[in-house]
Amino acid sequence: MDYGTTYLVLAVIFGLFMAWGIGANDVANAMATSVGSKAITIKQAILIAAVFEFAGAVLAGGQVTSTIRKGIIDVSSLGATPEVLVFGMLAALLAAGTWLLVASHKGWPVSTTHSIVGSIIGFAIVGIGLDAVQWGKVATIVMSWVTSPLLAAILSFLIFRSVQKLILETDKPLENAKKYVPIYIFFVGFILAMVTMVKGLKHIGLDVKGTDAIYIAIAIGVVLMFLGKALINRLKFEMSEDINFHYTNVEKIFSVLMLLTACAMAFAHGSNDVANAIGPLAAVVSIVDTGELSQKSPLPFWILLVGGAGIVLGLAMYGRKVIETVGTKITELTPSRGFCCEVSAATTVVLASGIGLPISTTHTLVGAVLGVGMARGVSAINLSIVRGIFMSWIITLPIGAGLAIFFFFILKNIFA
Amino acid sequence: MASKNYLSGLFGPSPVAPLQSHMALVDECVSKLVDLFECMAKGDTEAVEKVYHEIAALEQKADDQKHFLREHLPRGLFMPIERQDLLEALRIQDLLANRARDIAGIVVGRELQFPEQASECAIALVKATVETCHQALRVVNELDELVETGFRGHAVQVVEEMLVKLDDLESETDRIQVELRADLFAVERDLYSVDVMFMYRIIESIAEIANDAERVGRRFQLMLAK
Repeated sequence: MDYGTTYLVLAVIFGLFMAWGIGANDVANAMATSVGSKAITIKQAILIAAVFEFAGAVLAGGQVTSTIRKGIIDVSSLGATPEVLVFGMLAALLAAGTWLLVASHKGWPVSTTHSIVGSIIGFAIVGIGLDAVQWGKVATIVMSWVTSPLLAAILSFLIFRSVQKLILETDKPLENAKKYVPIYIFFVGFILAMVTMVKGLKHIGLDVKGTDAIYIAIAIGVVLMFLGKALINRLKFEMSEDINFHYTNVEKIFSVLMLLTACAMAFAHGSNDVANAIGPLAAVVSIVDTGELSQKSPLPFWILLVGGAGIVLGLAMYGRKVIETVGTKITELTPSRGFCCEVSAATTVVLASGIGLPISTTHTLVGAVLGVGMARGVSAINLSIVRGIFMSWIITLPIGAGLAIFFFFILKNIFA
Repeated sequence: MASKNYLSGLFGPSPVAPLQSHMALVDECVSKLVDLFECMAKGDTEAVEKVYHEIAALEQKADDQKHFLREHLPRGLFMPIERQDLLEALRIQDLLANRARDIAGIVVGRELQFPEQASECAIALVKATVETCHQALRVVNELDELVETGFRGHAVQVVEEMLVKLDDLESETDRIQVELRADLFAVERDLYSVDVMFMYRIIESIAEIANDAERVGRRFQLMLAK
C-alpha cells in the first residue's frame, strides 16, 4: 500500500492525541473522588491509573475495542479501496480529539465515547454511504448512554440505602462498618472478576469455563476482602461515647477503601474508554499490515501500549491539574458517598464493557451521584450540570460527525 | 486546557453550614436581650444603649448571611431537604433577630424600665426565651448529622427528642408570660400609660421570639418527614 508507513505514523500520533485527551480529562475525573477524599495522593492516583487502566484495557477491553473498530460500520462494500477506511478512522480520531480539546477547555460535559462514535458515523455516511452505518448497533449504543447512568443511579441508590440500613442508621455505626464494608468489597471484586473472565479474557486467548470462572471470581473477591480488612485494621480510631465521633470514624473506613475503588474505577475505565483511542488505531494498523479490509487479525499488543502510554501521559501532564480542581471541590461527596458512587459506576461500566457497549464513564459516575442524592445523601446537587449532559449528547454526535467529515476530505485530498 | 470541570460543578454549594452559621448569629443576637434587660433593671441607660448597638450589629450580620444563603441557592439545586422548607426556616430564623432588635429599639427609644415588681419576672421571661432559642440552634446544628445519615436512624431520634424539649421550653415561656402580665397588671394603674402599652408590646414580642424558635423546629420536623 502507498504511504503505508505514513498512515501508520499518523494513526499512532492521532491515537496518542486521543488517548492523551482521555487521560487528561476522563481518567482524571474517575480518580478525582478518591484523591479528593485524601485516600490517595495524586502521585499514587497516577500510578494506580497507569497499572489498572492498562489492566482493564488488556483484560476486559477487547469487546469494546472490537465494537469501535468494526461494530459501528460495515465496510464490506469498500472492497478494493481500503484507504477510505484508513482516512476515515484517522479523521475520526482527529475529530474526536479536537472536539474533546475544545469541549474540555470550555468545561462542557462532553464524553470521549460519544465523540468517537459520532465521528465514526460521520465519516461513514459521507465516505461510504448511509447503508454502511449499522444503525441497529448504533441505536443500541445510544440507548446504553441513557441506560448506563440510569443503572448506575439505581445501583448507587440501592447500595447507599443498604449502607444506611446496615451502618449509618444503626446505634453502632463503627462496628457495623467494620463488619459489613469488607462484604461490599467482596461484591465489587467478584463482579469485576466475573465479567472480565466471562467476556474479556477470550480476546487475549484465555478462555475460562463457567464454573471455573465463578471459583476464580470468588477467590479474587475473598482476596480483596481480606485486603480491605487489613486496611481497616491498620486504622486508628479515636474512641468516644459520642455517636458523632462514630460517623467521623466510619468515614475514615470508607476513605481508606477509596484506594480500592480507585483501582476498580481505573480498571473499569480502561476496559471501556481506552478503546476509543485504540479501536480506530487498530483498524488502521490492520489495513496497513494486510493491505485489505479483513479485520479478523487479533489486536497487536503494542497498540494497547500506545493507548496506555497516551493515557498515562495525559494524566501525568494535565490530568494532575484536573484532579486537583475536582478533588478539592468534590469534598461535598464524603467517602461513604464516594464509595457508593464509585462502586456502582465501576460495576456498571465493566458490565457495559462485557457486552461491548462503549459508554461514558464520567456520565455513569454522574448518574451514580444522582442515585445517592435520591436517597437524600448529598447536600446539594447542581441539576443544571445534568441538563448540560443531556445537551452534550445531542450536540456531540453532529459536531463529531461534521468534524470527521471535514478531516476526512482533507486527508483524502492530501493522499489520494 | 480545561479551565472548568463539570464533575466538580455537579456539587452545588451546601446550604447546611450557612444555615447553621446564620442561626448561630441569630442566637447570639437574641441572647443579648438578657444583658439588655439586666441593664434596664439597673436603670443603666448607657449600658442599655451599648447592648442595643451590639444587637443591631448582630442583626445586620445575620441579615447579610441570609442574603448570602439566598443568593447561593439557585433553583436547579437538588437537595435532601425541600428548598421551600429551607428558605422558610431561614426566614423565621431571621425574624428572631429582627424581633430582638425591635425590642431593644423600643427599650432604648422610650428609655423604658419595667416597674420593680415586674422586672425580675421580665428577666426570667427573657432567659427562658433565650433558652428556647438555644434549643432551636441545637436542632439546626444537627442538620449536618442528618445529612450524614441521609435523614434516617439515630440522628432522626436525636432531633425528635430535641424537638420535644423545644416544645417544653416554649410552654415554659408561655407560663412565665402569664405571670409577668399579672405582675404588670397589678401595678399598671400607677404607671405612665403609654409606657405600659409598650411594655405589653415588648412582652408580646418576646413571646413571639419563643414562638418562632419553636417554628424553626417545626420546619425541621417537616424536613424529617419528607
